[in-house]
Amino acid sequence: MTDLSGLRSGAPVPDTTPHSGPVTSSEAPPPNAGGRQNRGDSADSLHLTGNRLPRWAPWVIAAGAIILGLLVQVTGITVVGLAPGFVAAFAFLLVQTATSWTVEGRRHATDRLATTLIYTTFVLALVPLLWILITVIAKGLSVFSPEFFTSTMRNVNPRAEGGGIAHAFVGTLEQVGIAALIAVPIGVLAAVYLVEFGKGRFAYWISFFVDVMTGIPSIVAGLFIYTALILTGVLEQSGLAAGLALAILMLPVIVRATEEMLRIVPNELREGALALGVPKWKVILRIVIPTAISGIITGVMLAVARVAGETAPLLLVTFLAQDMNPNPATGSQASLPTFVWDQISRGTPASIDRAWGGALALILFVLVMYAGARIIAKIYSPKAR
Amino acid sequence: MSKQIDLVDLDIYYGDFLAVEGVNLTVKANSVMSFIGPSGCGKSTVLRSINRMHEVIPGAHVKGAVNLDGENLYGPNVDPVLVRRTIGMVFQRPNPFPTMSIAENVIAGLKLEKDKKRKESMDEIVEKSLRGANLWEEVKDRLKRPGASLSGGQQQRLCIARAIAVEPQVLLMDEPCSALDPISTLAIEDLIRELKDRYTIIIVTHNMQQAGRVSDDTAFFNLSGIGKPGHLIEVGPTAQIFSHPEHKQTEDYIAGRFG
Ligand SMILES: Nc1ncnc2c1ncn2[C@@H]1O[C@H](COP(=O)(O)OP(=O)(O)OP(=O)(O)O)[C@@H](O)[C@H]1O
Ligand SMILES: [Mg+2]
Repeated sequence: MTDLSGLRSGAPVPDTTPHSGPVTSSEAPPPNAGGRQNRGDSADSLHLTGNRLPRWAPWVIAAGAIILGLLVQVTGITVVGLAPGFVAAFAFLLVQTATSWTVEGRRHATDRLATTLIYTTFVLALVPLLWILITVIAKGLSVFSPEFFTSTMRNVNPRAEGGGIAHAFVGTLEQVGIAALIAVPIGVLAAVYLVEFGKGRFAYWISFFVDVMTGIPSIVAGLFIYTALILTGVLEQSGLAAGLALAILMLPVIVRATEEMLRIVPNELREGALALGVPKWKVILRIVIPTAISGIITGVMLAVARVAGETAPLLLVTFLAQDMNPNPATGSQASLPTFVWDQISRGTPASIDRAWGGALALILFVLVMYAGARIIAKIYSPKAR
Repeated sequence: MSKQIDLVDLDIYYGDFLAVEGVNLTVKANSVMSFIGPSGCGKSTVLRSINRMHEVIPGAHVKGAVNLDGENLYGPNVDPVLVRRTIGMVFQRPNPFPTMSIAENVIAGLKLEKDKKRKESMDEIVEKSLRGANLWEEVKDRLKRPGASLSGGQQQRLCIARAIAVEPQVLLMDEPCSALDPISTLAIEDLIRELKDRYTIIIVTHNMQQAGRVSDDTAFFNLSGIGKPGHLIEVGPTAQIFSHPEHKQTEDYIAGRFG
């Protein structure tokens, strides 16, 4: 009931319903043929069993559909590259639905059709994701070496081989760290306010502006820091300025994710604690937030992942650097996304390889952070059973 | 230890909606009173207004007074947090804290608010409270397991242990057995009879037999129509309410329930 992390899983549910109900439409008694009396006659007039397609049927149909697709490929009628795939998919849907309808009846045909469509969209959604991952890994892994992680681009000819991402990695770590340090407390507190205290006009406007902030294009956040803080001389182009711009982008994501998680904490828990004579702030701190912590951490990590890949605002507020600059307060600082952008724009095979390496490092960075957060969340999450 | 409760001209609102009107009622110290009445007549509402849990709902408020040994709980400068520590509550559905172990659940109220100068160690309080709730023998070997790992009936007794761990003087129970099997129900009824020595208890129940078994006095609430406020119809010793009620409504309700 209160395992909040469980609420997020959405595994597809296989059809396990035992077969029942009326059978094929051809066998069903015509309407008004005294169905009521039939039903009342005796137990054996109950239709609890019916025809089902054998288990292998969908596989045979699928094999046939694929062969058909291959034929289209071979005969060369193809107009578009993906046509054989579409032909196979449509053939499968059509034949399966038709056979199922005649053998099993309408309900099962619909069931099979829907199941197929759901699995198809699932696979389609997964394709680009896997494609990106495989491409980045295949291209990025080739430049991975100890040197790549420990050296900077200082004194390296950007068109030739060599150099590394150490400076960019430190930059990303610091900029995202600063952003998280600012945005996580503000975001979580704002969400606590909205869920636990907020009512009336003030809460409405906060909620409204969080929505508006969600829609801010990242370059606008960069422009804002640039005009408000850098042009006015408060800050120079630096990692700190980058952290501030990223904080603006993180904030709404954290507020919304935390808000959602706090709202699904059952009210009974709040009331149970209040009824023990626990003050409200302690109820929030010791009961509500711990119960939701796993989801909150996931939300924070999604926000981190989102801003870790931001490039445009960083180019504006901290620009590029080829050298290690561990001090976020002064001077331009490199970062993984701007490193990738820089290397791609150099346009030589060596620099493009480095760009892929930087991209893979960025993905790994986010993955490691995410895994770490999941472990922390696991330790604190509600323990049922 | 335990104290007398007097409700005086109590009107209870949800926003503008008057849910319960004009309740005057006395619950004697060290007695068990049960609230009975049809669904929606305001039993839970009255109960929650006694430990100021009613006002937790946005817009909810009361008019009138609730006196605990003569002291108005709705008087100025009364801290609702302290009221709730004096008047414990057990809810219809068991609600152990999911992030805490069995032991932590028991001392949740103390650990979260430990300004009481109590000499016993936390372990002693855990054992005493669990014994008090008749749960000790069943869980003493797995105090570190999550509270949610218990059965429904055990969870409910855990919630009772949690409520008595803060040493309240009054216990309010809102249909504490409605989600439980007959065995667990009997266990909790036994418990209520034991707890009576130390606490003043009010229990809301839809089960007439249960009211008859556990309570000294019974209060019958009713409402005249949908959207109308609920009223206290009559209150008296349980035996009398069940055998010779003064009001026809009470008789009908009890008779209807007994079939
Ligand atoms: N949170 C709320 N907001 C507004 N009205 C409420 C709220 N809770 C209860 N009410 C109303 O107050 C009246 C009394 O409700 P209450 O929950 O006290 O009834 P009850 O006697 O406990 O009923 P049951 O036996 O079903 O638990 C009902 O008309 C109900 O609709
Ligand atoms: Mg109720």
